[in-house]
Amino acid sequence: MGIKLLLDKAHVEGIRFYDAYRREGGYRSVEKALKMSPNDIVEEVKKSGLRGRGGAGFPTGMKWSFLAKPEGVPRYLVCNADESEPGTFKDRYLMEFLPHLLIEGLIVSSFALGSNRTYIYIRGEYAWIVDILEHAIAEAKANGFLGTNILGSGFDCEIYVHRGAGAYICGEETALLESLEGKRGNPRIKPPFPAIKGLWDSPTVVNNVETLMAIVPIMNMGAEEYAKIGVGKSTGTKLISACGNINKAGVYEIDMTISVEEFIYSDEYCGGIPNGKKLKACIPGGSSVPILPANLLLKTAKGETRYMNYESLADGGFATGSMMGSGGFIVLDEDQCVVRHTYTLARFYRHESCGQCSPCREGTGWMEKILLSLEKGKGKMSDIDLLWDIQRKIEGNTICPLGDAAAWPVAAAIRHFRDEFEWHVLNPEESQTRNFGLAHYADPIHVPTV
Amino acid sequence: MVKFTDDKLAKAKEIIARYPMGKHKSALLPLLHLAQENFGGWLSVEAMDYVAEILNIEAIEVYEVATFYSMYNLKPVGKFIFEVCQTGPCMLNGSDNIIDYIKQKLNIGVGETTADGLFTLKTVECLGACGYAPIMQFGKNYREHLTKERVDQLIEECRNNAATNN
Repeated sequence: MGIKLLLDKAHVEGIRFYDAYRREGGYRSVEKALKMSPNDIVEEVKKSGLRGRGGAGFPTGMKWSFLAKPEGVPRYLVCNADESEPGTFKDRYLMEFLPHLLIEGLIVSSFALGSNRTYIYIRGEYAWIVDILEHAIAEAKANGFLGTNILGSGFDCEIYVHRGAGAYICGEETALLESLEGKRGNPRIKPPFPAIKGLWDSPTVVNNVETLMAIVPIMNMGAEEYAKIGVGKSTGTKLISACGNINKAGVYEIDMTISVEEFIYSDEYCGGIPNGKKLKACIPGGSSVPILPANLLLKTAKGETRYMNYESLADGGFATGSMMGSGGFIVLDEDQCVVRHTYTLARFYRHESCGQCSPCREGTGWMEKILLSLEKGKGKMSDIDLLWDIQRKIEGNTICPLGDAAAWPVAAAIRHFRDEFEWHVLNPEESQTRNFGLAHYADPIHVPTV
Repeated sequence: MVKFTDDKLAKAKEIIARYPMGKHKSALLPLLHLAQENFGGWLSVEAMDYVAEILNIEAIEVYEVATFYSMYNLKPVGKFIFEVCQTGPCMLNGSDNIIDYIKQKLNIGVGETTADGLFTLKTVECLGACGYAPIMQFGKNYREHLTKERVDQLIEECRNNAATNN
């Protein structure tokens, strides 16, 4: 069994409510933090090596230290609960079952950053979780952990839940702030970064749900102990939401030292591929990160074992590696069509493009159309090169990373599965009745060793 | 005449108070949700104008937001809305078949409402429940691990619900 820091109490009866949560040691980190200076807390978080769990993996302590502190100007902490990256559903699980862990992390973080009004921006579809969070907030307030003069420290804090209304782009932090201000979710041009000019032009920190929850064990065990868990610059634990063609889809907490092979095949985690099928490919970190064929997923191009951490998943760059991303782990078995799967992702990004930048607005729609025609056996060989060309022209040419996020899955699919795209062009009729299946890039001889 | 009842108006005021003085426009998204829930599941121009009036902002500021976010319905919808996810992970688990089955069973296309006004079918992009695919949003909750049988049950449930409440 791996170490669990966030999910260790997830199955305790009644943990969703204050009494059980407090009985299990909840809110101790608030009692500890309020006796410290805010700067010491920021230093602890820096020392812990915690990296943002939303997808970018930016060091949290460093992000916090960038926050401007001009006199007489309010500062804000905003929790990004707009989880929308296909394949990712860890924050939903965390908020649904451990709402007090988020509230606790938010109180400590608000104190460290000096935010007296903290907002949780939650995706609109998670409507029932709004009720769960608001109930937890009311309980925390009734027990003196929120409101004015918390535990006699002189620190005031209120937490509000703000519900979005269906827009992936609002997971991008400046789009989220626009949306929180009651506007369309159009990302802002940076700089200025939110740390200088964020919500209502005030200095603002935006952090992911899981990141803010991780503050609690960091405070409880101390940054040094936290940093000992994991490996290299992948400290602490990471939540992985596993889905697609696996026996045990769900949310797992890992300590980032296990191999990808163990994660997929061991019974403690995904439990292998259903119906005795073979592994074809996997998107290890949410739909935006490059898809990898089985052989490159389990081992790096150098032939070394690939592990479930930031560095190892990225080994080989985009040529032969991928990314940890948000931890949305999507597995494709031998019966899946990579062209169709890529098409659904392209459709997703076209639907979610805010329309501000023409390379993304036009490019995502163009890619979707070409992929659909290829998938339907109506494509030409030159379409594959055209797709490659379009994604190249989106990447890096937009205000926010949605452009990159739309380009990368298409690029990786062509890079690793070009023969499957060509097969669709060369076999327009056959491709409508059966899938390409496995080919040289897959791992047909793989026998799990765990 | 579109107007919140007194308790909904009190709710609206409570929502507005969550934001600092002068930043009341931030309440726009939550108020549009409230309006949609209370005015028949969709936002008419009249409903949007009413929200603009409450927030004391221009009507265009409401329209531009309402048209941006996919959860706001800008035309009338059925009593029950099936919003079926069709993105990658759901597709891997057979969402295409579920969508086809609902279309055939209710005899409507995507974006359409049945003649009796009971059901609307929508396809949506990733709902964030990929491990429980295929899924749909149904009211405030999700229906997960969809199969044809579960779709049948849900349709039955809705019809019974409508019959009892009429």
